[in-house]
Amino acid sequence: MQLSFWTYEGPPHIGAMRIATCMQGVHYVLHAPQGDTYADLLFTMIERRDVRPPVTYTTFQARDLGGDTATLFKKSVAEAYERFKPDVLLVGASCTAELIQDDPGGLALALNLPIPVVPLELPSYQRKENYGASETFYRLVRACVADYKPINKSTQPSCNILGPTALGFRHRDDVVEVKRLLEKFGVSVNVVAPAGAHPSDLARIPDAHFNIVLYPEVALTTAIWLERQFGQKFVNVTPIGVGGTRDFIKAIAEMFQIDAADFLRAETSRLVWYSRSIDSTYLTGKPVFIFGDATHAVCIARVAAEELGYQVVGLGTYSREFAREVRAAAKLYDIEALITDDYLDVEAAIKTANPALVLGTQMERHIAKRLGIPCAVISAPVHVQDFPARYSPFMGFEGANTLFDTLTHPMMMGLEEHLLGMFREDFEFHGDAGASHLGHTASPVQAEDATPLSATWDAEAERELRKIPFFVRGKARRNTEAYATQNKVTLIKLETLYDAKAYYSQ
Amino acid sequence: MNELSPLSVPVTAGCSDAPVLRERGQREVFCGLTGIVWLHRRIQDAFFLVVGSRTCAHLLQSAAGVMIFAEPRFATAIIDERDLAGLADANDELDQVVSKLIERRPEIKLLFLVGSCPSEVIKLDLSRAALRLNQRFAAENRRDLRVLSYSGSGIETTFTEGEDACLASLVPTLPAPPSTLPNLMVVGTVAEIVEDQFLRLFAALGIDNVGFLPPRRAAEMPSVGPNTKFLLVQPFLAETTAALERRGAVRIAAPFPLGVEGTTAWFTAAARAFGISAQHCANVLETPAARARDSLARHRVTLAGRKIFFFPDSQLEIPIARYLSRELGMWLSEVGTPFLHRELMAEELELLPAGTFLSEGQDVDRQLDRCRDNMPDIVVCGMGLANPLEAEGYTTKWSIELVFTPVQGFEQAADLAELFARPLRRRAMLKV
Repeated sequence: MQLSFWTYEGPPHIGAMRIATCMQGVHYVLHAPQGDTYADLLFTMIERRDVRPPVTYTTFQARDLGGDTATLFKKSVAEAYERFKPDVLLVGASCTAELIQDDPGGLALALNLPIPVVPLELPSYQRKENYGASETFYRLVRACVADYKPINKSTQPSCNILGPTALGFRHRDDVVEVKRLLEKFGVSVNVVAPAGAHPSDLARIPDAHFNIVLYPEVALTTAIWLERQFGQKFVNVTPIGVGGTRDFIKAIAEMFQIDAADFLRAETSRLVWYSRSIDSTYLTGKPVFIFGDATHAVCIARVAAEELGYQVVGLGTYSREFAREVRAAAKLYDIEALITDDYLDVEAAIKTANPALVLGTQMERHIAKRLGIPCAVISAPVHVQDFPARYSPFMGFEGANTLFDTLTHPMMMGLEEHLLGMFREDFEFHGDAGASHLGHTASPVQAEDATPLSATWDAEAERELRKIPFFVRGKARRNTEAYATQNKVTLIKLETLYDAKAYYSQ
Repeated sequence: MNELSPLSVPVTAGCSDAPVLRERGQREVFCGLTGIVWLHRRIQDAFFLVVGSRTCAHLLQSAAGVMIFAEPRFATAIIDERDLAGLADANDELDQVVSKLIERRPEIKLLFLVGSCPSEVIKLDLSRAALRLNQRFAAENRRDLRVLSYSGSGIETTFTEGEDACLASLVPTLPAPPSTLPNLMVVGTVAEIVEDQFLRLFAALGIDNVGFLPPRRAAEMPSVGPNTKFLLVQPFLAETTAALERRGAVRIAAPFPLGVEGTTAWFTAAARAFGISAQHCANVLETPAARARDSLARHRVTLAGRKIFFFPDSQLEIPIARYLSRELGMWLSEVGTPFLHRELMAEELELLPAGTFLSEGQDVDRQLDRCRDNMPDIVVCGMGLANPLEAEGYTTKWSIELVFTPVQGFEQAADLAELFARPLRRRAMLKV
């Protein structure tokens, strides 16, 4: 039993949902109690998806446990098939259903549906979300390529991009950017999967010359299997940062013995010049703490150290599956990697490292905020803000542009704070001055107080006012005072407060 | 258009004997663990320890949103393989987790061990664990710390029923009243600002001996005995009601304090139960009721004549539907509720327009079909359904806000209307 206040990854069936939700023609029947349907909102709220995830939950209750949950499961599968007519059906159990051992795979197969049924066995008490995604993708690919008939491959190099999912950190834009880069380099993209793919697309995966493991947490297992099964080589170099992107292109060039030098001279990122411009000098050696999924943590550490000139003082991940890679990367910076899924450990490590910048997940953003350290988010778990409306990839040369902004702007704000601090006693920059970006109108705190107040608050009304949430309290105070002035009330009582509230809501 | 819609049926005798569509398919609702999100805000020195799986932890942080980023007063003891394989005695493991927790948070006065689906399926007895821990803390001179247990599991509870289970677990521990004077207990979580408004109105009515369950602090538990009369402020408290009745307390039957009419009836029922004259009661309620009525006018413009469809969620659906139809002139397309407690809901059903289409339980895909057939102007549903319905062109109000926002009482009547009016106004404003 492990005491957990918060978790970086969900249970493995959430990973399976990320695969099912991003694909076409796939439906997932999940044997699960009511309540597990909360997972839908991750997709509809955080990622703002405009359709429900293609998931049917059996939502069994206590009264079903006494009866026959297996029959309930079969009924759910049959009804889901009738209603949604998927081309492939995934079936599995969440943590509770795993305990009642109904064998969803066997039950679903017994229905003899005219479509492939892929049973998922995801050990909920042992593994987590990324494992679930990886395993589900692997099982699906295996099922879909089962009847693969080899074709004559094209003469132009072709690849599959493997790994992007629903709820993935910047996956939407990374795919666009990497696809653009590959096509410009002369490599055609056969299939992108799982995001946007149909089971019939998965069946075509072996047509390509090689695979790109865009997100190893999701796609490495599948790529290794495809290599073994079909002799398809894979590139497991993540194109994050200028160096990462160049290495990615070089790895592909090497595979086909092409010279990439001309291409790489023509294609570049503004990061290269921006980082050399003297304005960036102040970034030199700034201590930075990095935590996230293994791939993003390792790649961002490289960008921070080699491309922005920061000093990496902390590097860690919650992805235990990739601890080895993160430990190896940490050695490059003469530090010990932090492998943990307890955010309190991360918080303690950040405090000890005392960095000038934290690059992490949304949780590290909050830790940094508490500690007063500038921060940027570079990894899942995702938050609604990690799905920006604008194009904002992390990968490729455009991704490097995004990274320059993302990784330096918080520092500039920090610099601004620093300068304000230096000039604190200056007549223009005194401690009560508002934030500079609000201009000189930001300091009329006094101006407002200066208007003669005709009404005073009695103690009870004042206490009541304090119970109003802070973000509307100011408005409530102003409205009440305006109302009091207007009605020639000199002492604001509780009744005045509510009279004013009713008056202004009319 | 549905045959049972109030349009085609004359408004007569309410819904006391109305037929109810009972569904037992997929339920798109939270489990009872979710109640922790507001219960921990209400009881400020309580800690909620879920004994469950990673799914439970993930649910809580997904539902709690930003609250998780303060160090929260809730956590999960995540059961792992060793606990299941019997390699570790789950009880020893739990005791260790609790020790670690109490060491970290010594200010905690009330610890709830909250059962989950997995803990129930493996039959981990949390009531015995609570007993054992209480004995241990007593021996360690920590009598100020009490451990209780309840189940918030999805196989036992739906969303707000978690609060019911939590409050029911508190009832046997409530003190007996110090005297035989009649006292009033208000049952169900309310925001502090609502509590204070209620206290002032009770005082004006002449009822001074008022306690709230749950209270703000563990040391402020209300007393209960045969001279206790209690009023439910939330409709989902069936188990708590039964537990209070076992302690001899008597429920004051009333509609729920939502809207001007509901709030007036709620206070009037209390006044009657305490022998306060109807005239005095009317005098006290007149000013706030009139003020609240005035503040509804603006929202009536937006809401009157609009058709609303409720997916089942919090059990607040029937009282809210009653309020929206009677005070704001909305039409009820379907009112879904996860459970219908006819006894607790009797006064509400009487007020609901006759012919209202009522459904209990859920089969979400079939209900979505009905919703689309009905083409409502606004749909009240959970967060999993809201954006997909918006994308189909429906205006929605996500229901969880109804349990997080102070909506009870006179001063909040307009706020409750605003929750429904705002999405409609917004849709009218957008030109993209």
